[in-house]
Amino acid sequence: MELKELYRDVILDHNRSPRNFGHLDPADAQAAGHNPLCGDKLNLTLRLQGDRLVDLRFDGQGCAISTASASLMTEAVKGRSRDEIAQLFEQVHTLLTAPTGEPPAQLGKLMALAGVAEFPARVKCASLCWHTLNAALERAPAPVSTE
Amino acid sequence: MSSKAAAMRPAEIVAPAFNAAAVRAEFPILAREINGHPLVYLDSAASSQRPLAVLRAVEHYETTLHANVHRGVHSLSQWATAAYENAREIVRHHLHARSTREIVFVRGTTEAINLVANSWGRGNVGAGDEILITYLEHHANIVPWQMLCAATGARLLAAPVKPNGELDLAAFRAMLSARTRLVALAHVSNALGTVLPVQEIVHLAHARGIPVLLDGAQAVPHQAVDVQAIDCDFYAFSGHKVYGPTGIGVLYARESLLATMPPWQGGGDMILSVSIEQSSYNELPWRFEAGTPNISGAIGLGAALEFLQSLGIAAVAAHEHALLQLATERLSALPRLKLVGTAAAKAAVVSFTMEGVHPHDIGTILDSEGIAIRTGHHCAMPIMEAFGLAATARASFGCYNSTDDVERLVEGLKKVRQVFG
Repeated sequence: MELKELYRDVILDHNRSPRNFGHLDPADAQAAGHNPLCGDKLNLTLRLQGDRLVDLRFDGQGCAISTASASLMTEAVKGRSRDEIAQLFEQVHTLLTAPTGEPPAQLGKLMALAGVAEFPARVKCASLCWHTLNAALERAPAPVSTE
Repeated sequence: MSSKAAAMRPAEIVAPAFNAAAVRAEFPILAREINGHPLVYLDSAASSQRPLAVLRAVEHYETTLHANVHRGVHSLSQWATAAYENAREIVRHHLHARSTREIVFVRGTTEAINLVANSWGRGNVGAGDEILITYLEHHANIVPWQMLCAATGARLLAAPVKPNGELDLAAFRAMLSARTRLVALAHVSNALGTVLPVQEIVHLAHARGIPVLLDGAQAVPHQAVDVQAIDCDFYAFSGHKVYGPTGIGVLYARESLLATMPPWQGGGDMILSVSIEQSSYNELPWRFEAGTPNISGAIGLGAALEFLQSLGIAAVAAHEHALLQLATERLSALPRLKLVGTAAAKAAVVSFTMEGVHPHDIGTILDSEGIAIRTGHHCAMPIMEAFGLAATARASFGCYNSTDDVERLVEGLKKVRQVFG
């Protein structure tokens, strides 16, 4: 269990200066996430164009892992389709809970979360933002089909 | 030894009143390493560890005495009953209760309070009545009253707390009214360590004929408790916070009240006779102990209280107070660290926040150094809210902690600062 693996520079940086921090108004959908264990709260607002997530913001209060994970997530998902986001979530989930030998190159900066797997008590901190994003996307109006 | 030499070595000429190292050695779990470091256990307010005396008492019971209680004519059942009832007498003696008829074994503080809310509450609280608690309460002394209020139409009121974590006694007094049916509050706050002026509160409440319930979960491990001197009507505590097993606790209830209360749970052991049409209930306190009780837990709790008595509760309290003073002093000196709860009367609990670092991260970094603390809302969300905090880090001390533990905590917190800058 290596502390430096958990608190990598990227994590500390995104904790100190979270990207896409704030609140979109108007937004197409919003959701609130809550981790009762540590009291972390996360609010997420997003805008969609058709199937594509074009903008999102988060705010709330949380630990370094939860804040950095949310910040990294907003950078990673912006501009992506629902399917791409679902795939990314799956890969992040694997990275956090059952890391395999070769991480997919697609994860990019999200790889900074690789150390979390060594700290089972902290997996929920890192995944809170993803569950919140899922909840918001589920609430968002489905794109109008042209077919 | 010359007087000069003695003066230079004051520590050696003062006989130690309390041998923390010897006490620590009584707790086997404290010998283990966590993440490559000797364990520093600073989470006793959540659950304390168990000494050999408790482990052995439970083992002795399980290996030589166990059978069901209050039932068999055979020897084991009689021995088990005697051991179980002896534990009740130990508890009675420890709390200075008048009679073992006033000592009900329950699962813990939570169940004790639920028993009062359901049995006493349903018979004595109605629409428009008020139950007065404080903002310092553990959820166990909030939620049962909310449930009672929802069922009866009564109202739950909470007296506020001053910025240092002390109860605002003037506000509390002003909130007592002709509608107040019960006052329920912590003897010692689990989140902040504040010791509440319970004797004064009981006096104020009794002047209006209002009974008082005290949540003693955080008090019994740290100070002598005399329910007759306090004059409270109900007193609840848990075994596992006072060096005993989990799953056992105690409700003390004044006999004159307990005698009027209907049983809460029905079943075996709480009856004298049962027909399909009706049952007649057992005597106090067994009327409130339906089903086979946690016999080994009660015996373990009895051993834990005797262990605490053998150390001397006053000596334990003095030792813990010295640790509290040292920890308060050393933590206050750390930059950008803020203590939460600085009441004049405190148990050995230090709740704090560090600027720029979430308590959860403090907890993880300390854990990597082998130091166990609690982080979060401590099951006391209203007081966290009152301080505008979602969470704090909390170090709590027990009889086995030492000044070395405080120094290790301080070193750990310096490491937190190194990581987070």
